[in-house]
Amino acid sequence: MYDITLIVNGVPREARVPARRLLSDCLRHDLGLTGTHVGCEHGVCGACTVLLDGEPVRSCLTFAVTVDGREITTVEGLATGGRLSPVQRAFAECHGLQCGFCTPGFLCTTTAFLRENPAPTDEEVLEGISGNLCRCTGYQNIVKSVHRAAELLAEEPS
Amino acid sequence: MTTKLFGEPVRRREDARLISGQGRYLDDLGQHALAAAFVRSPHAHARITGIDVDAALEVDGLVAIYTWEDLPEGVCEPLPLLIPHPALTHGRTAYPLAREVVRHVGEPIVMVVARDRYLAEDICSLIEVSYEFLKPVIGLEEAVSGAHLVHEDVPGNVGAHLVQEVPSADGRSAAEAIAAAPHTLSFRLDIERSASMPLEGKGVYARWDADDQSLRIYSSTQTSTSVRMALAAKLGLPLPKVEVIAPDVGGGFGVKIVHPWPEEVLVPWAARVLGQEIKWTEDRREHFIGSAHERAQVQHVQVGFDEAGRVLGLSVEILHDHGAYTHYGIIVPIITSTQLLGPYRIGAYRVEFSSIYTNTVQVTPYRGAGRPQAAFCMERTMDKIAQHLGLDRTEVRAANFIQPDQFPYDQGMIFQDGRPLIYDSGDYPESLRKLKDLIGWDDFPALRESARADGRRLGIGLGCYVEGTGVGPYEGGHIQITSDGRVHVSTGLTSQGQGHETVFAQIAATELGVPIDRVSVVTGDTRRFGYAVGTFASRAAVMSGNAIALACRKVREKALRVAADALEADPRDLEITDGVVHVVGAPAASIPLATVAVLSNPLRYAFDEEAKRATQFASTGGMDRPPVSEGEEPGLEGKDYYSPIRSTFASGMHAAIVETDPDTAEIRILRYAVVHDCGKMINPMLVEGQIHGGVAQGVGGALYEKMVYDDHGQLLNASFMDFLMPYATEIPHIETDHLETPSPLNPLGIKGAGEAGVIPVSAVIAAAIEDAEGLPIDRMPISPSDLHALRQGRGR
Ligand code: FES
Ligand code: FES
Repeated sequence: MYDITLIVNGVPREARVPARRLLSDCLRHDLGLTGTHVGCEHGVCGACTVLLDGEPVRSCLTFAVTVDGREITTVEGLATGGRLSPVQRAFAECHGLQCGFCTPGFLCTTTAFLRENPAPTDEEVLEGISGNLCRCTGYQNIVKSVHRAAELLAEEPS
Repeated sequence: MTTKLFGEPVRRREDARLISGQGRYLDDLGQHALAAAFVRSPHAHARITGIDVDAALEVDGLVAIYTWEDLPEGVCEPLPLLIPHPALTHGRTAYPLAREVVRHVGEPIVMVVARDRYLAEDICSLIEVSYEFLKPVIGLEEAVSGAHLVHEDVPGNVGAHLVQEVPSADGRSAAEAIAAAPHTLSFRLDIERSASMPLEGKGVYARWDADDQSLRIYSSTQTSTSVRMALAAKLGLPLPKVEVIAPDVGGGFGVKIVHPWPEEVLVPWAARVLGQEIKWTEDRREHFIGSAHERAQVQHVQVGFDEAGRVLGLSVEILHDHGAYTHYGIIVPIITSTQLLGPYRIGAYRVEFSSIYTNTVQVTPYRGAGRPQAAFCMERTMDKIAQHLGLDRTEVRAANFIQPDQFPYDQGMIFQDGRPLIYDSGDYPESLRKLKDLIGWDDFPALRESARADGRRLGIGLGCYVEGTGVGPYEGGHIQITSDGRVHVSTGLTSQGQGHETVFAQIAATELGVPIDRVSVVTGDTRRFGYAVGTFASRAAVMSGNAIALACRKVREKALRVAADALEADPRDLEITDGVVHVVGAPAASIPLATVAVLSNPLRYAFDEEAKRATQFASTGGMDRPPVSEGEEPGLEGKDYYSPIRSTFASGMHAAIVETDPDTAEIRILRYAVVHDCGKMINPMLVEGQIHGGVAQGVGGALYEKMVYDDHGQLLNASFMDFLMPYATEIPHIETDHLETPSPLNPLGIKGAGEAGVIPVSAVIAAAIEDAEGLPIDRMPISPSDLHALRQGRGR
């Protein structure tokens, strides 16, 4: 067993985990942050995407012990001061989710993507979310949500 | 009645929690529960000769191991055959844990309960099962040869055989009509397997309350009420002691309507035996090999038609692969057989299907439920007729359409609800006109030519369908307005992302005249509503929507009666606006619904200021009658049910323009257009969302998804790495247009929309590729290598 400390959504969180504990399981079951979802556990669907030091990673392909001491942002940490982030608001506004199971992964992916590319073209949006599966929406409204999020971000006072 | 919310693109009320990580899906619950895991058969067909658990017993953290031998009466019996049918003469269902023989890879054999899932899986890997191999029966051809049997007592592997005949108006059989027709064609069509594949797998979490002798089960199901009844029966518990709740569910698409799953029986049973909370969450491989698939059919078609392309006789023989068991009966081929007719009025029709056992995962409905196969058959037939006669494909369809003045139109068959296949309403010529406009059908030849000049190959195709939606038998709705003015709506059917909390709130707010933010909706919780059927067959909006509207009307009437008393007015002069009952034209004479709720429940004890108004010494009038009048009930609440005479029939037409690469045979959808008619739309934004999702699944089925079984019955692509579901990059932009032909069958005039998007997609894409390539496309899905092989004249 290993004692690790993860900085999750800005808060240091301690956990005692075996080496094989997946980061997704550690977040969900050791830390009780069940917003991060698991759709395949083999790195394809992207539902488990979280931000590791700001970069999107598959938490189902990451052992918790390997990220000891690192900063992790999950869907629970996207809102600031009780206010939903522009990306979250855009998804609700554009009907970018149905069952919501893939949504945390899309939200994290989009958050990182727009940080890199604040004014993407259609093609770039498709590329940006092409590592996440959604079985419900047919993606059209997700694409719309990403564009809308870019607009909302541009309006935010920085 | 204020109507501003019904029909508006109201934003979803479920989103606030789902976008902030506050949803509650099955595996988010029961954080301290024990975990269950299963040893599943690695072989498609084998006799179990021994199970050795010795090594497993050593593991610290093991709680229990169960095999079939350990199961008590009730639990040990085969799972119920959910939908019996006289034609299903050889229905067979699995035992919850295999007894003697396993019939597909993935069939559960041993259940392990342990402290956590990692341990439970470790323990599973230490259990050794020995087998004597039996010959697996894989593929329809092999199965119908009957050389080897999936079930020893099912000759020829035939589970069901059904023939339905509808003679022509002049009394001719299909065979006679075809023989006499000026033109005839016959051909074979093939469709592969796909699957619902919701992003969240199945799961069940059970808690036994020993003090209360009651069982609470959370299940990622499409029907909590029916799971409850099945479990009470299996476990021998009184129904009131069993509660089943569908929490947030991460997609269903059909697979979660099947119940009870082996795990759904075993986990609650073990929770009771052990007196501990137990949870099982399906992993992706388990979902591939241990749930259900759909689609696979072979169709032999014979059609006779006249010079105008009018179908005089149609005969279809379907071989339907239903896998190893028939837990859900033969609904899929029944739907294929009946919905094949689409929007057409044809001469004589004969359809025959055989539903066949193979050593593969069972087949149960997946969004569309047999209709994609039906549309593929009928629409390919229409295209072949057009080609044979040298007619435009839209003209042949138009020549066969049921006309708007021919409704209600009786197709002369029995539908999946056991009731006559009578279409209630529709306007197919207008849909086709809109579709041609939307895709630019008449301008396409010019587009094709200009593309050709650039060395590009384009094709266009279309497909039509009719979808029986809102099947019975019934759903109910309950409305309670509490003394704080809040409106609590509940209905028994479940939600998997459709947005029911929003649309049902729109209906209630509209019917009651209250602000939508005062309304909350609960679905799929048997504690709140015990009578329901479930969510499938595009039925939720039609069934529960109407039930909720009817219940609201009852409650509204009561509110007006109580308010009329208080205001000394005539109830007919009252109206409710923004949650306040007032006299029409005299807004000062008013009373909030909250107060009406207080007054409707005569009290002895005041619990707050407002409640004082309902206590015995507060009221003056009415000494000549009891506080609760005869026929009345205390409280401002009401319940009602909606049970339709038969299904309501939505319809639609899709068209696509595709490009095929002359060198690489890659297939790209350049444009995709949908015209859809689901009657009155409660929320057009959500209807469009349903269509988008359906089309995307249709594109998956047309170009990418299939279940690849080898000769040994191993599913070779049981992961998201190898089963190719489309990402955003594979889905075209979907252009939509709507028609709203109200249903005359229900008070709200609505029809279902959940499955529509997926139904004609394979037919449309096949037609467009055929048009681009000039090669017959009779088998779906089609990959670039398949197309390449066709180009080489090699077939597939
Ligand atoms: S759960 Fe991690 S990628 Fe699917
Ligand atoms: S919203 Fe259900 S999987 Fe994306």
